Amino acid sequence: MKKTGAEILWECVVREGVEVVFGYPGGANMPIYDAMLSYPIHHVLVRHEQGAAHMADGYARASGKVGMALATSGPGATNLITGIATAMMDSVPVVFVTGQVAAHLIGGDAFQEVDVTGITLPITKHNYLITRADEIAEVVREAFYIARSGRPGPVLIDICKNAQVEQAEFKYPADVKLPGYQPVDHAPKDSLEHAVKLIEKSQRPIILCGHGVLMSNAEEALINFAIKTQTPVASTLLGLGAFPASHELSLGMMGMHGEVHTNMAIQNSDLILAFGMRFDDRVTGTLKTYAPHAKKIHVEIDPSEVHKNVAVDVPLVGNLKTVLTDLIPMVDEYDHEEWKKQINEWKAEGDSRSIMNWDPDGKLHVAHLVADIWKATGGNAIVTTDVGQHQMWTAQYYALDRPNRWLTSGGAGTMGFGLPSAIGAWFANKEEEVWAVAGDGGFQMTAAELTTAVQENANVKVAIMNNSFLGMVRQWQEFFFEKRYSAVNMLSPNFVKLAEAHNVPARLVTKLEEVDEAIAWARSIKGPTVIEFRVEQEEAVYPMVPAGAALDQMIQRPLKS
Amino acid sequence: MNYTFIALVENKPGVLNRVASLFRRRNFNIESLAVGRTEKPDISRMTVVVDCPNGDMDAHKIEANLYKLVNVIDVQDVTHQPSVTRDLALIKVMVGPDKRAEVNSLAEIFRARIVDVAADSLIVEITGTEDKIEGMIELLRPLGIVEMVRTGQVSMTRGVTDGVRRMPGVNGNRFEDLSEMAEMAP
Ligand SMILES: Cc1ncc(C[n+]2csc(CCOP(=O)(O)OP(=O)(O)O)c2C)c(N)n1
Ligand SMILES: [Mg+2]
Repeated sequence: MKKTGAEILWECVVREGVEVVFGYPGGANMPIYDAMLSYPIHHVLVRHEQGAAHMADGYARASGKVGMALATSGPGATNLITGIATAMMDSVPVVFVTGQVAAHLIGGDAFQEVDVTGITLPITKHNYLITRADEIAEVVREAFYIARSGRPGPVLIDICKNAQVEQAEFKYPADVKLPGYQPVDHAPKDSLEHAVKLIEKSQRPIILCGHGVLMSNAEEALINFAIKTQTPVASTLLGLGAFPASHELSLGMMGMHGEVHTNMAIQNSDLILAFGMRFDDRVTGTLKTYAPHAKKIHVEIDPSEVHKNVAVDVPLVGNLKTVLTDLIPMVDEYDHEEWKKQINEWKAEGDSRSIMNWDPDGKLHVAHLVADIWKATGGNAIVTTDVGQHQMWTAQYYALDRPNRWLTSGGAGTMGFGLPSAIGAWFANKEEEVWAVAGDGGFQMTAAELTTAVQENANVKVAIMNNSFLGMVRQWQEFFFEKRYSAVNMLSPNFVKLAEAHNVPARLVTKLEEVDEAIAWARSIKGPTVIEFRVEQEEAVYPMVPAGAALDQMIQRPLKS
Repeated sequence: MNYTFIALVENKPGVLNRVASLFRRRNFNIESLAVGRTEKPDISRMTVVVDCPNGDMDAHKIEANLYKLVNVIDVQDVTHQPSVTRDLALIKVMVGPDKRAEVNSLAEIFRARIVDVAADSLIVEITGTEDKIEGMIELLRPLGIVEMVRTGQVSMTRGVTDGVRRMPGVNGNRFEDLSEMAEMAP
């Protein structure tokens, strides 16, 4: 049957199971928007295309499905860029569809023409420029497949306007033919055996759990492996939630703002089992002294990550879930009592400095507020963050027992991610409670999406941790630039009025006594709310491994006098 | 040290750009890159010569990153394989009738050919390895080279042995080389 290119796009998208798309119309994608009306798609009109990208990203992270965002050509497409890069750095499956000028105009600097496939080449897993309607079905099918398989990632399809309106015979492709794209599933037997030998010899093993565990749905396999071998599990920022935080083998977060005992355990381990993580500089500290006594087994789906930052002894290239499932019956049971005891001693030392053991001093500390939200929500909310100090405190104190409920921009560290990703996550799980923890700085980057939340009645609870500073930058200036504060003093609008202008109910909290009541108030409202917390201004995130230092050279929280 | 890779890629618009962009982004220096059609109409073949200061470790990185490109079907490292390697150069030399004989005899030694003769210039075509072409260029230079073009190196392994494939499992590659991948660790 003949259909227009725009109709073919939606025919394919609906077959991929897409129900909600985030986007913004314009001249070059009007036929796509017109055809959309005939399909069972809910469209979320954003206030800025960056918001659409982060919403689709948040939707994908929370649902485990492929997210989708639309934009027009030129400025519409370039407004997506930050969001595409954010999804790329964190391996999130999102399909972006942009409109492009008509094929015969390409290269002529036509109105709103931008070389979108050129610009996005390094920040997409793959991209396409479509000039004819008859290309669309195959490309859309491929795009979704590429986005979600192997190491997931964003795929962009740039569709010329003529291809949207021209007619072509529609036949849904039965399968994808990609001779150059065949991700590995199983790791070879002899490598597994090699890994087992290292596990047998190890006295002080540690698992480093990354985003790959969530991406390959390997949570259960991870738990089984960890319990059978009694191996403690440390998590990257993005791996949080993959292994239950309350489990006795959980060590929490590693890295620059990781727990002291966790980093100590890594540095003193004799075997690292890296599961779906990529030894980013934020988790290794300087590579010169990284885990010097440890043999390393790296389970990773992307061969280009193997040996990239840290040379490993046994690379197991394959799907993490498959590899772990193959490995579990091959390993013996262990208890590693000594090792766990040693780690617990380090933990006790670290805990003595913890801000959680402080008596109330009348001030609002973000760490305490995060713990309060955790208590109120039973640790069951979906939590998104922006980027900065509040992000690290949320990672440290919103302890998660379940996967895919923790959304944060890790690899890119994109300020402005918090609110839109929360809206996206809500679309994935409308019954769940969604909290966005944001800084005063980052919130202002995408605050316009509050109205999007109102228009959709998205039930997201925003907690703005207002320290009147670009706090994380301020902290670095305090520690490493002799407290010479440069461009970190941030004047903010009246957040309550700002929210109310968007028709979002809002409260300001300045006193300890108001905290619990405000959280309860926000939870009682169905629809978006904002709470601004006026928090301690010059608090620092501890522990901290300074950039370039060894992982166990942490600046620790001073003991409170 | 220079490594030579042979990549089979889908014959689609923009693939060359993807490959070139990848080398730039991952900070590798391309010494030479030649692309052309193959016996299969939908497949192009690239011969890429890249500087690999860290030896096999860099070669591993290059192969792994090439495979991340959806349009790249197969990558072999032929650096250490017996192979036939050719580069073609056209060299225009400013010589009049008085020096033609000299160029001619040089060309003969190198099995090069004079393919164009004008009143006061001629074009020499030479095919061979890098070294051979460099040698010829050095000898022609004093005579006055005014223009030169080279195709870049193309390579093919001898007999039926392929080059090294370091990406086990990817696109159906067999697993045998995986232990080598582990041993590469410095
Ligand atoms: C888009 C973007 N610009 C700049 C930065 C650099 N940066 C990282 S954290 C930070 C401060 C964030 O301040 P705020 O949102 O108030 O959060 P806080 O650290 O105070 O909790 C900045 C500017 C960034 N990560 N992203
Ligand atoms: Mg701040």
